[in-house]
Amino acid sequence: MIELSNLTKSFNSGQPNQFTAVDNVTLAINPQQITVLKGPSGSGKTSLLSMIGCMARPTSGRIFLRGVAAALPFRQDGADAVEITSLPERFLNEIRRSTFGFIFQQFNLVKGISVLENVMLPAYPTGEGRAEFRARAVSLLEQFSIARLASQRVELLSGGELQRVAIARALINNPSIIIADEPTAHLDSKLSHEFMEIVGRLKGEGKSVLIASHDPIVFDSPLIDTLVEMRDGAIVASRSCR
Amino acid sequence: MKRAIERHLNILEFTLASLLRRKAKNFSLLAMYLMVVFMLASLQFFVTALKREAAIILDDAPDMVVQRLTAGRQDLVPTGHAAEIARIRGVTAVRPRLWGYYYDALNGANYTVMAGDDTSAKTESASIGSGVAKARNLAVGDLLPLIGYDKAPVMVEIGTIFPSGSDLIAADLIIISPANFQRLFNLPGGQATDLAVTVRNPKELATVAAKIAELFPGSRPILKSEIQRTYQSVFDWRGGMTLMILASALLSFIIFAWDKATGLSAEERKEIGILKSIGWETSDVLLLKFWEGIVISLTAFLLGTILAYGHVFFLSAPLFVQALKGWSVIYPRFQLVPVVDAYQLAVLFFLTVVPYTTATIIPCWRAATTDPDAAMRY
Repeated sequence: MIELSNLTKSFNSGQPNQFTAVDNVTLAINPQQITVLKGPSGSGKTSLLSMIGCMARPTSGRIFLRGVAAALPFRQDGADAVEITSLPERFLNEIRRSTFGFIFQQFNLVKGISVLENVMLPAYPTGEGRAEFRARAVSLLEQFSIARLASQRVELLSGGELQRVAIARALINNPSIIIADEPTAHLDSKLSHEFMEIVGRLKGEGKSVLIASHDPIVFDSPLIDTLVEMRDGAIVASRSCR
Repeated sequence: MKRAIERHLNILEFTLASLLRRKAKNFSLLAMYLMVVFMLASLQFFVTALKREAAIILDDAPDMVVQRLTAGRQDLVPTGHAAEIARIRGVTAVRPRLWGYYYDALNGANYTVMAGDDTSAKTESASIGSGVAKARNLAVGDLLPLIGYDKAPVMVEIGTIFPSGSDLIAADLIIISPANFQRLFNLPGGQATDLAVTVRNPKELATVAAKIAELFPGSRPILKSEIQRTYQSVFDWRGGMTLMILASALLSFIIFAWDKATGLSAEERKEIGILKSIGWETSDVLLLKFWEGIVISLTAFLLGTILAYGHVFFLSAPLFVQALKGWSVIYPRFQLVPVVDAYQLAVLFFLTVVPYTTATIIPCWRAATTDPDAAMRY
């Protein structure tokens, strides 16, 4: 469970060009479900995902994560939830690494290295033995039917293949929450449907999936559980699709 | 502990893969870096080895040499002074020496001519260095005509040619009898070039020198330690001159390396953003950049040093020989004895590896400390 309480994110605070990307958002995101943030460009979806994923800090408000304490190197006394906005950078990194898997709009794979190395990248600094996470990476590539591309450099792949590599990379540390920012923006309809099928499988495996998208293939998908509509940084509607 | 080692190994492995992505750029940087280290290390090895050779040779030099000065210039010393100096307490032996330089008009070379001590040797016999033998194409038993001060030839027969192992000392040496020496240079009897003094206790050298200076006001006692110091200075000076010549190349490299190391391309910034967004900590990114700097600079340092070692001690430093040995018609051929000064090597290490690695890390530190989503926007 992820709980957002009065979350606000402003850029250039106190200056004439101050801009509020997320404005006083309060929301509960259920575990092991697919939640989609829907809204036009500039509605604050990506900023909200960045804060939930510990990539950016809110200007004000709080974020609570429940059920992830076991993955953390510390415990907060007297609560099963971890309030992440006040945590030092080191702990945020640990949470980001162990709890979240990210799928970016531009895929953000590292050019010049192989598909396999890209998938293993999030596991390098964990201190886990290379043989173990390599085996996991190979297994993920097989799962997404791209094992034959393991030694290829990523710049030689098609859009669909890149997407699968990005998903495999997001899963290498076995995170409980997958965050995807406009994952179908660079995919055609067929590949977008395939992506949603993969997302459905991940949900079936017990992962929570949080997607920001303004693609109807995503937000009209029968697989999603909750649809949150955003505009101008605020939530305008939130409904269960079940 | 195991996890920490695994983390280092994993990041080091990614570093190598990462460096191989920009093969041309990194190999050209490595080659330039290697060349600079090679030059500096060669210079250092060569000067240190020469200084060591000089020190070894001077070990056999007399404790003190007494010269006589006339109007500020070296003049002949009456051999009678030797007996008086020998009477000073602490002096073990005093030996008058006859030596000078002979210009060979045939090939433009200067030979060092000395009068031998061995009175039993034939008057006409001479011992010569291998450099002289080669320059004049001489063998044992050949006659060598030396042209005297009055243009009259002094014929000497080659009795011995010093082996080339002694080239550093003897390449340009001709040892003839005292009588021939006096004939060759028109030297009056009872005179010597200088006096070699042996003193029993090295601590008394300064006292003995002071007594000699007092006894013979026109004399100049020179201690072995002073000669050693002069040699050290001469080789340091030559090393410094060569370093100045290399300075422009060194400076270009520093500017190039600094520019490469401190400038972070948009692609590199984006990569740091990606790494942070997928869970790398700032320290992980810095470790990656640290290893990148270390791999390049340490490889250059180690390879450059090894190549310099081979260049100086196996090939006798062909690149520096002209600049460092000085000019001469007769170059002594000799193999330098390998000697490595750990302190100087450490200085070279800190001047090459540390600045580069630091220069690599600093800009990344700036990029890596920003929020991952901000780094992603570069």
